[in-house]
Amino acid sequence: MSSTVLFRRGRVIDPRNGVDGVRDVLVRDGKVVEVSEALLPVPSSAEVVDATGKWVLPGFIDLHVHLREPGEEGKETVLTGCRAAVAGGFTAVVAMPNTKVVNDSGMVTELVLSRARAANLCHVYPAGAITKGLKGEELAEMGELVSAGCVAITDDGRPVMNAALMRRALQYSTQFDVPIMVHEEDLTLSSGGAMHEGPTSTRLGLRGIPASAEVAMVARDLVLLEETRARLHLAHVSCEGSVRLIREAKRRGLRVTSEVTPHHLILDDRAVGDYDTHAKMAPPLRSDRDVEALREAVADGTVEAIATDHAPHGVLDKLVEFEKGINGIVGLETALGLTLELVHAGVLTAKRAVELLTHGPAKAFGLPGGHLAPGAPADVTVVDPQEEWTVDAHRFYSRSRNTPFHGRKQKGRVVQTWVGGRKVFENGQVGQKESR
Amino acid sequence: MRHLLGIEGWRRDELESLLDRAQAHLPGKPDTTHVLRGRVVANLFFEDSTRTRTSFHMAAKGLGASVMNWTQTGSSVSKGETLLDTARNIEATGVAAIVMRHKSSGAPHLVAKHVRCAVINAGDGTHEHPSQALLDAFTLRQRWGSLDGRTVVIVGDILHSRVARSNLLCLKALGARVVMCGPPTLIPPGLEAMGAEVTHNLDAALPGADAVMCLRLQTERQSENFLPSTREFARLFGLNAAREERMKPEALVLHPGPINRGVEIAPAVADGARSVILEQVSNGVAVRRAILEVCAS
Repeated sequence: MSSTVLFRRGRVIDPRNGVDGVRDVLVRDGKVVEVSEALLPVPSSAEVVDATGKWVLPGFIDLHVHLREPGEEGKETVLTGCRAAVAGGFTAVVAMPNTKVVNDSGMVTELVLSRARAANLCHVYPAGAITKGLKGEELAEMGELVSAGCVAITDDGRPVMNAALMRRALQYSTQFDVPIMVHEEDLTLSSGGAMHEGPTSTRLGLRGIPASAEVAMVARDLVLLEETRARLHLAHVSCEGSVRLIREAKRRGLRVTSEVTPHHLILDDRAVGDYDTHAKMAPPLRSDRDVEALREAVADGTVEAIATDHAPHGVLDKLVEFEKGINGIVGLETALGLTLELVHAGVLTAKRAVELLTHGPAKAFGLPGGHLAPGAPADVTVVDPQEEWTVDAHRFYSRSRNTPFHGRKQKGRVVQTWVGGRKVFENGQVGQKESR
Repeated sequence: MRHLLGIEGWRRDELESLLDRAQAHLPGKPDTTHVLRGRVVANLFFEDSTRTRTSFHMAAKGLGASVMNWTQTGSSVSKGETLLDTARNIEATGVAAIVMRHKSSGAPHLVAKHVRCAVINAGDGTHEHPSQALLDAFTLRQRWGSLDGRTVVIVGDILHSRVARSNLLCLKALGARVVMCGPPTLIPPGLEAMGAEVTHNLDAALPGADAVMCLRLQTERQSENFLPSTREFARLFGLNAAREERMKPEALVLHPGPINRGVEIAPAVADGARSVILEQVSNGVAVRRAILEVCAS
């Protein structure tokens, strides 16, 4: 079926192609056909989107999402996760393998992909496990995972503590040219910790997780990367020391990419406040100095991507003693607003912010999309940069509500999301009803 | 109704008035047994305790309240009941106050957010132990009249001590100077931001002290490699007779108990003339009466 859409007179921000200005964007049959400074004639039967005063952006790509299916469908499913994604302006998400069953075989990869096809909302790219069952003992069948459709290999949620095994994983991955994505946490240093180690953990009497728990592992893996010449992607980088090491590794030409979550850019460890489990995550929210370093790193290009680490959990997982609270928060539906806070604060330019959500992640994992040149997929996110709204967790499309940002005022909101030239989200409504 | 979740959040004048009230609960003072008559105080102890639980029990009884004693052993918690469900069920029986001890820092804060009765923290994890700090301050005030300008050295495992945190906040609020002393592995970061001075040299700190508070050293800290041995700890940080010599003649010695004799404090010092350890225990009941009076009546 042929379909034609004309996005008229929006501010197109397409960092990869160096575009930032009012343009018409014509898409047909799921692809971008033309991006024009001049008014384009309206083709017959075209749907016209009046984007005056709006931003017309490449669809956002999230490298780090937990869809919880298979195994924890009460928290999220591929369908509900995709609904949350498109509501947040994301047209593609990378699904982490720490589901129950773990995605350490082609069968699980195929299950996730078939659920994604049925959801028919956004692109879902599964990531496969580094080790069987995420146990950190034996390599999973990386070749099978890649051929089944995995775009990255990761034990996310856990580090690979065994350095020799990590070295083999990096070596082995070079034959497929996929990134090895790592959750950097030395478990001997973080053991028993519930939050970042610092004055706040001291005041609250909670065992701290020192920054060295992350930085030491980043250092180890960069050393292994240099020997293996593989591709390494550092998930949810949280501290100054890591940023310093990444910067230096890039200067020496290592193939390292990284991501930071919106919450690590917005909140520091003081957000734990009065034992608020909604501020509990791994890595923990760090010091204000770390936040400052992360902000510099996303601004100056040291870090490629803003990724949400969307981690849905049930109410009861958080309504407990702080030490018992499960790590993680949902992020898909708050990512844009939080990123724009950094733009309003002058930390990021609008262009850089868009790059961190689009071309940056696409390039890090070699994914399609992330830009709007002719021939690119017609994955488009339309944003009203002026709309003021308040985060209401009860209205999330995600099946979970665990966020510290409920009630936070935001300026700038996703108004439409298009995937492959098809409108999947508009003005708060996702194109497909959830069947529970 | 008011919670006592920690010393944090209480102003100096509020703390002073609470201590003044405790004065009126000392033995031989006018009868106050009617204050909580007909009311129920629940003791919720998720962690072992003898002196704090007994002390709150006696304080509640002394004010005319009935006491419900709940312990984790043999309770529905062993069947998987959550902390909040346990607390809500206890509350539903109609209690005026919950006195709770829990191994998790912040557990009383969670409960306080979800019940309507008063919640009194009787020790949460490594966070606070406010009634202990108040009785310590009360004991010092009894001796000194005022804490203004006095120096208290707190020595031992600061990292894991809720007594240390509450005392730091309480003593500072009441005008004292607080020096925290222990091995670097047992000193948490950012104590200075809470108003403490930090040293690893007890011998150097002792001559300036008006009081020294020894903390209990938990023996498992050695197996966690916070320390090479309890022997070395005793050598570097134990308050022994030789160190006592370095103290001002009138300086006091405190210990929240239970004591490891010969580790953090030598028997002769614990039982010596400057020790106020047993006064701490007896003052505990009066201070806890005052706490219950303020929070539960």
